[in-house]
Amino acid sequence: MERVARIGTFVLCLLPFLWVLFAAVSDRLGPDPAEALMLFTGEWALRMLALTLLISPLRAWTGWSLLLKLRRMLGLYAFFYGCVHFLAFLQFYIGWVPTALTEELVERPYIALGFSAWLLMLPLAITSTRAMQRRLRGNWQRLHRLVYPAAVLACLHLLWQARSDVGDALIYLVIFTALLLWRVRRRMLKRQRSVLART
Amino acid sequence: MGKAAQESAGLTHSRLEVGYGTNSQFTVLNKSYNHFRDATPMHQRFSIPRIASSEITAESVYLKRRDFIRAAGLAALPAIGGVSLAAEAAMTTGGRPLHYGKISSEADGFLTDEQQTPAADITSYGNFYEFGTDKGDPGRYAHEMTVDPWSIEVVGAVHKPGKLHLEDILSAFDLEERIYRLRCVEAWSMVVPWVGFPLANLLHRFEPKGEAKFVEFETLHRAGEMRGTRSFTATIDWPYREGLRMDEAMHPLTLMTVGLYGKTLPNQNGAPVRLVVPWKYGFKSIKSIVRINLTEKQPVTTWQALAPREYGFYANVNPEVDHPRWSQATERRLPSTLFRPNRIPTRMFNGYAEQVAHLYQGMDLARYY
Repeated sequence: MERVARIGTFVLCLLPFLWVLFAAVSDRLGPDPAEALMLFTGEWALRMLALTLLISPLRAWTGWSLLLKLRRMLGLYAFFYGCVHFLAFLQFYIGWVPTALTEELVERPYIALGFSAWLLMLPLAITSTRAMQRRLRGNWQRLHRLVYPAAVLACLHLLWQARSDVGDALIYLVIFTALLLWRVRRRMLKRQRSVLART
Repeated sequence: MGKAAQESAGLTHSRLEVGYGTNSQFTVLNKSYNHFRDATPMHQRFSIPRIASSEITAESVYLKRRDFIRAAGLAALPAIGGVSLAAEAAMTTGGRPLHYGKISSEADGFLTDEQQTPAADITSYGNFYEFGTDKGDPGRYAHEMTVDPWSIEVVGAVHKPGKLHLEDILSAFDLEERIYRLRCVEAWSMVVPWVGFPLANLLHRFEPKGEAKFVEFETLHRAGEMRGTRSFTATIDWPYREGLRMDEAMHPLTLMTVGLYGKTLPNQNGAPVRLVVPWKYGFKSIKSIVRINLTEKQPVTTWQALAPREYGFYANVNPEVDHPRWSQATERRLPSTLFRPNRIPTRMFNGYAEQVAHLYQGMDLARYY
């Protein structure tokens, strides 16, 4: 069962990437494929991030512990789409010119935001192995709370680019806000319970 | 070119079809063609589609492309992506043949020999926020707009205010082809063969008064047919408005445009009549115009009202003045491919400096952006 769920999730999450790869080589991304690719990979990174953060609440509601075993893969997929997004930016917008990258980072705050989100996810991806988890012990969980600021930065990265309609960015902001609020509430309940237990 | 040569050219290419089809909405327009035909001497009546057949993306291919992109959207979670599952198949609009004259000289900036952007790209990629903010939205949804009947109201500081019906527009002015560069403020560009007539010719008919210093334009705003204007999260105050200084409006490059690639405009490109101001960023070239108002005071334009720090009244193409969120030094000439990004340097006044620079002599273009 677990194996099936893992393989199923792996394949499902890979599909958008295969899709865009196929589209790119068969010239189906329209007259400005670089932009289409950027939008596509950026949006899928956000979606994967939202799915990752959805695991805990889903698990709490359904009691389905299998879900937790999929969380690492979803998180790594968020990072994967983030990497493709960033690489596409370097290839198609920056042309691998270091000075062009620093100029963009300094002059365009929305790019700095997206870059910071990617940077925050980098240590999470590196320490995602079980061995690292064991080695870092309690610090591992603390470190992996970086996913929350990463999510917020990614949303702002999208919002800042809106020209006249903030609808898309708002949808993600609402989703991530809900996911974060659920955690705040859980924490508060836990604290109350521990206070009660002490008295 | 001699008359015989013109006619033979017309004959050779007369069976070429541009990538978009025709529809049957245009009975009134047809009448006007007849009128035009009667009034026009033989030698002005030819029309030569100027695209090589190799340049045209077959309709089936680009429709497939759209289906693909839509399907890619569907693969996403609808709740997250806000993708409409019931997206209708794109309808083709415009595409009726037009009769127009040709200009042979490149000296006035009326023509360019740069590679033209294929019709399929011009009609499937663009900004027309009345139909949504995605660049594919206009191509998907603009067919919902009724463009017949149509009229333009001309008011304000003119001696003879009045209304122009589309039939009058098409019959009263000599149409000609202009091949212009189009530079979007978003740093992409195209080369487009438009068909139209100088705005100056239209304004003269209404006899501008001496106090007329500016011209204000307004796009149709019909919420029932324009789904982008029904978005609750859109921050634009409809209708879309643009403006020009009087001397800019009277400049021979400023074109009232009714056609694209020799045929009537598809809705997504601003049917039935739009403005094209080639030395300014694309958003100045207002689409689907219903009102022209001559004023003493500089009008407030839509983008200026929305984000004055990012979009000015003049919006002249200028590689030295960046948009606050991105650089304007270069542009992506479309169509591009992933392995040939086609990035080229942006030229001052979009390459029309020779024709228009004198209009801005002594002005600080970094301040009046």
